[in-house]
Order: sequence, then structure tokens, then C-alpha cells
Amino acid sequence: MHPTASQTDIVEPVTIDASSGRVENGIHLEVGDPEIFERDDPTRELVFDLERVQILYSGVAAVTDVNLDIASREVTAFIGPSGCGKTTVLRSLNRMHDTTPGAVVEGKILYHGEDLYGPKVDAAEVRRRIGMVFQKPNPFPKSIYDNVAYGPKINGRKRGDLDDLVEQALTRAALWDEVKDKLKRSALALSGGQQQRLCIARAIAVEPDVILMDEPCSALDPIATARIEDLMIELKREFTIVIVTHNMQQASRVADRTAFFTAELNESGKRMGLLVEYDTTNKIFTQPSDPRTEGYITGRFG
Amino acid sequence: MATIAPERPRSRKLSEGPKPPGRERDRVFRWFTFLAALLVLLILALIFVSTVNQSWDWFSTRGLRAVFSSRWNQKVYPRGTANAGQPIPGSGFGAWALIFGTLYTSFVAILLAVPLSVGIALFTTDVGPRWLRNPVGYVVDLLAVVPSVVFGLWGVFVLATPIRNVYQSVADFFAGVPVLDKIFTGNPLLGTSVMTAGLILAIMITPIITSLTREVLATVPIAQKEGALALGATRWEMIRGAIFPHSRSGIVASVMIGLGRAMGETIAVALVIGAAVRVSPALFSPNNTLAAIIAQNFGEAQGIQRSALIGLGVVLFVITLLVNVMARAVLNRGERRLAAGK
Ligand SMILES: Nc1ncnc2c1ncn2[C@@H]1O[C@H](COP(=O)(O)OP(=O)(O)OP(=O)(O)O)[C@@H](O)[C@H]1O
Ligand SMILES: [Mg+2]
Repeated sequence: MHPTASQTDIVEPVTIDASSGRVENGIHLEVGDPEIFERDDPTRELVFDLERVQILYSGVAAVTDVNLDIASREVTAFIGPSGCGKTTVLRSLNRMHDTTPGAVVEGKILYHGEDLYGPKVDAAEVRRRIGMVFQKPNPFPKSIYDNVAYGPKINGRKRGDLDDLVEQALTRAALWDEVKDKLKRSALALSGGQQQRLCIARAIAVEPDVILMDEPCSALDPIATARIEDLMIELKREFTIVIVTHNMQQASRVADRTAFFTAELNESGKRMGLLVEYDTTNKIFTQPSDPRTEGYITGRFG
Repeated sequence: MATIAPERPRSRKLSEGPKPPGRERDRVFRWFTFLAALLVLLILALIFVSTVNQSWDWFSTRGLRAVFSSRWNQKVYPRGTANAGQPIPGSGFGAWALIFGTLYTSFVAILLAVPLSVGIALFTTDVGPRWLRNPVGYVVDLLAVVPSVVFGLWGVFVLATPIRNVYQSVADFFAGVPVLDKIFTGNPLLGTSVMTAGLILAIMITPIITSLTREVLATVPIAQKEGALALGATRWEMIRGAIFPHSRSGIVASVMIGLGRAMGETIAVALVIGAAVRVSPALFSPNNTLAAIIAQNFGEAQGIQRSALIGLGVVLFVITLLVNVMARAVLNRGERRLAAGK
């Protein structure tokens, strides 16, 4: 399955062509456009730098030897078969593992050059800067308004400017028009797609630096999926986005860089996740350097 | 093609032919649950009718005004005299002071027990170190098996004397402060008092509220907690933002059950409250409750006194019912408001 063959009429067509510039996210970039070179520039501004990261659950490594860096204002996609550790790696980026009993993160994760797991780093502060959207929408059983206002409130925002903030966040999450007349209604009465956009609005409202998304569209129909993809492209201007997805067209549509993970049996016969290849999305989908990547993206597994 | 299920005759229309074989059992089961539910209602109704019947003298002969007066002076002519069981002039059988005492002591108990219980429940589900969670929960559950008379005796013989000094210092501290000096005072100031009864009741209802609240807290989905944490919530902010909204109605229901126990608790309160029928906000002086006064006097009661004491039981029953209905209504209104977006 080649990404160019997977256009839908809702989503902006995406063509990936390595030779003559590219149409990316609907915007045509000429060869020589500085943005292309910036992307591949080794001096691009790093947000995350993972070195030899290994994550264990109850002493058993789930994923091992992950080395990758994530640049500012890019969309980075994690792809790979189920159980290879995508969620596990993603959750290590905002210290969600701190609350999971038995989970241990080894190796080094630098966030803007600073050790994310350093002794003086507060996990709540980390998560205020690095937001997360979960696979299953998880709005609080409160009103739509209160869902969005929750983050700003705990960050010490005064009531006065909350209204504007809530409207802004909902607008940026492309939900405002649908809910502006029922802000005081329960968020649980929204549809699944609306709930997911509400969760995105909730994350945006905190004004984080990074947004992590774990299969945000897996429960959504193509229209809602398309809206969230558009949203990601829009949000990329201000935020750094890391997304886990099983949908390879989605990765090719929204991601600047893609990391391919897989799970393999190690010497002692245990299944363990590992990072196979990490490169620009274009490269991963057109000229993967590892046969395992090629096998996965073309639909041949193993 | 091999058939797995046993052959069943197929008729062409759905409405014809045999029904699924489990249908009969289904019907029996439904009737059984229906009868079980009905039986509870029936028992409740029987208790209500027979107690009202036994106390009808009290309700009917003196009128509502007397029933709800604050004058309780249960003097009747003794057995063997001509008017045995009839009220002596100057006596009174008004329930108001006892209703007040019941609500007041239960209120004190709830005020003390709820923060404690919710605190312990949170400790054992979300806050405490993992290795300590189960032992603490277990110890609290153990408290629930202590018979109430033991709490009462402990209250009278161990707690009452030393705690009087504490009451005295508190009363001295608040002396002269408007309003508060009417509450934190005693006249006479005694160890057997509203406050002691409230304390003992709080200890008695903490296990049940804790364990019901724990059940409720355990149902909060991890996704909810993680949702709050991912927005940068600290533990307390997560509890307020994700756990409480999700478990509010369950916690209120647990508190209501605790309140019902506190209002109905008899022997422990009868021992520590000091038996003085009065409408007074003084925390450190004796008072009395509906349940306690029945236990204290029912043995020798006769005639109108006996009828009045049974009547107090009916009043207690109705109050407990009202409190529960009210709590439920408040909860429902909150939920409806959220659904309607008002
Ligand atoms: N809380 C946990 N406790 C123990 N093991 C876990 C836990 N979470 C994940 N694992 C294990 O870690 C491995 C990686 O899981 P992870 O959820 O990261 O996979 P994934 O790539 O996100 O898969 P999927 O695509 O199915 O979501 C799996 O083998 C899984 O069983
Ligand atoms: Mg996953």
C-alpha cells in the first residue's frame, strides 16, 4: 500500500515525491524552500532527545534501546505493530509512567537539553508543558466548559479571562461552532468524535509546548479523523506534536518524521519492542533503509 | 456441513414454533426477584403500620401540637394505682427536643466522620504507599465489628472524665465570642454530652462510610485520573477534578447510610449523652435522642408513656426516610442540571 494511492475526498490530497519538491499537507513546497532543508538540518531545534531508553514493567523490558530526537514544531509519528511499545515510549515523554506501579524508565530523556527525570523536576510541571490526548476520549463528567477550564484553573488562571480562553481552545480544536450553545451541558453527551476534540481542546487550553497523542483517531469515523488531522497540521504552527497511529496513511499525511517500532524475540526468547528506523516520513514511506520497515509499510509482516 | 447445535425444528415465522429453552427459567427467575423486592416493601409497611397502631394513643389523643411540642416530662401514674398509665398533670410528651437532639448529635458525628472517612478511603485507594493501603483498609473494617455497647461503655468509663477538661478549655477559649460561645459551652459542662455522643458516633460510622466510599472510589476509571494528571494536575487537583466529580453521588449515598446509622444508634448514645431533654445548642452539656430515650425508658414504660415512646420510633423512622429522600433529590437535581445544561 503506497501512501499516494490512499487519497480520500475529505482530506487534502498528499503527494510524496522525493525528486521535485513536495506537496505537503496541501501546501506546495518548492525545492529550495528553506523549510525542507531546515527539516533535515542536524541543527534543528530539539525538543526531546532520547538516548538508549529502555522501559520495564515489573522488571521485564517492554521496549529497549530507543534513540531518537524530536524537533520543535514538527509532527512525529510512531508506527509499528501492536505491542511493540509505541504507547510505552510515548508515555515516557510526559512521565505518565510515574503513576503506573512497576514501570521503570531507564536511559536518558532530555527535554530542551534538561533531564526530564532529573531529581528536581516535578512531574506535574512536566505534564503542564507536555500535554497528552488518549486513545479513548476521556472527558470528565462535568460540563463542556468545565472540562476545558479545568487545566487553566489548576494552573492558577483567574475566572475573568477563562471565558475567552475556553472559546479560543474550542475554536482551535474545531469544536466551538458545534458546542457554543451548550457549554454548560455534560461533556458525556457529546459524540465520540466531539469528545476527542474536546480532549484536544482541554489539552490546548493549558498552552503546552508539546502535545502527545496516542491513536487519537482510532475510535473515529473518517470525517472526524480528517478534522483531527487538519487540526494537527494547524496546531503544528505552535506546538510540537507526537502521535502514535496504526493508520499509515495518517502518518504519511500529517507527520514530518516517522519512527517505526517492532517487537522481536531477544536471545532469551522474550518479546521486546525496539526502534527499527527513524527518518523523515518521506524517506520511511518511499525508501526505507530497513527491510522490516519496508515489509510493514507494504503490508508484508514478519 | 456439520451441525454443532442440536437440530431444532424450524418454522417459517418468528412468532410460531418453540421458544428458546431458557425462557421458562427466565420467567421463574423474574418472579423470584420480583417477590424478593416485594417482600422488603411488605415488611417495611408492616413495621410501619404496627408501630403506628401501638402509638396511636399518643398521636391521636393529644394532637399534633402536643406531639411536636418541646415539652417532654414523661410522668404517668404508676402500676397498681387507679389511673395507672395515665399522665400526671404537668407531664408532657412532645418529641421536638428529641428530634433536635437526634439531628444535632448526628450532625456533629457526620461533620467529624465524613472528612475522616473520605480521607482514609483516598489513602487506601490513591494516596497512600501501596504496601500500606490494604492493611489500613483492613484495620478500619475491623472497627466495624466492635459492638456498639462496647463503644458506649468506653465512652462513659474511659473517655468522659478526661475529655471534660478539654471541653472546659475549649469553652474558656470561646467565652465571649458571639454565637460561638453559645455552641462551645456547657450548662452544666459535662463529659457526657452532645459532643461525646457525636465523637462516639463518628467512630462508629467511620468504618461503614470508609468502606462504601472505597468501593465508589475504586470505580473511577484510570483513564479519568490519567486525564487529569496529563493536564498537569497534582495529586490533590486530580482528586478534586477527576475523582470527586465521578464519585460524588456515591460518596453522598455512603454518607447518607452513615447518617442513618448515627440517627438510629441507640445503646452507645444512651450511655454517653447524659439524658437531658432540651433544645440547646450547647455542645458540652447533656442532651438526648429519639433512639436513646426509648432504650433508657422502655423497660418500665406503660400506658401513654409506652405509646409515646413507640411513637418516637415512628418519628425517627419518618425522619430517616425524609433525610434519604431529600439527599436523593438533591443528587438527582444536580445530575439533571448538568444534563440539561442549565
Ligand atoms: N501497565 C503495563 N503493565 C505491564 N505490561 C505492560 C503495561 N503496559 C504495556 N505493557 C506491555 O508492554 C508492551 C508494549 O505495550 P504498548 O502498550 O506500549 O504497545 P503499543 O505499541 O502501544 O501497542 P498497541 O498498538 O496495541 O497500542 C506489551 O507487551 C504490553 O503487554
Ligand atoms: Mg498503544
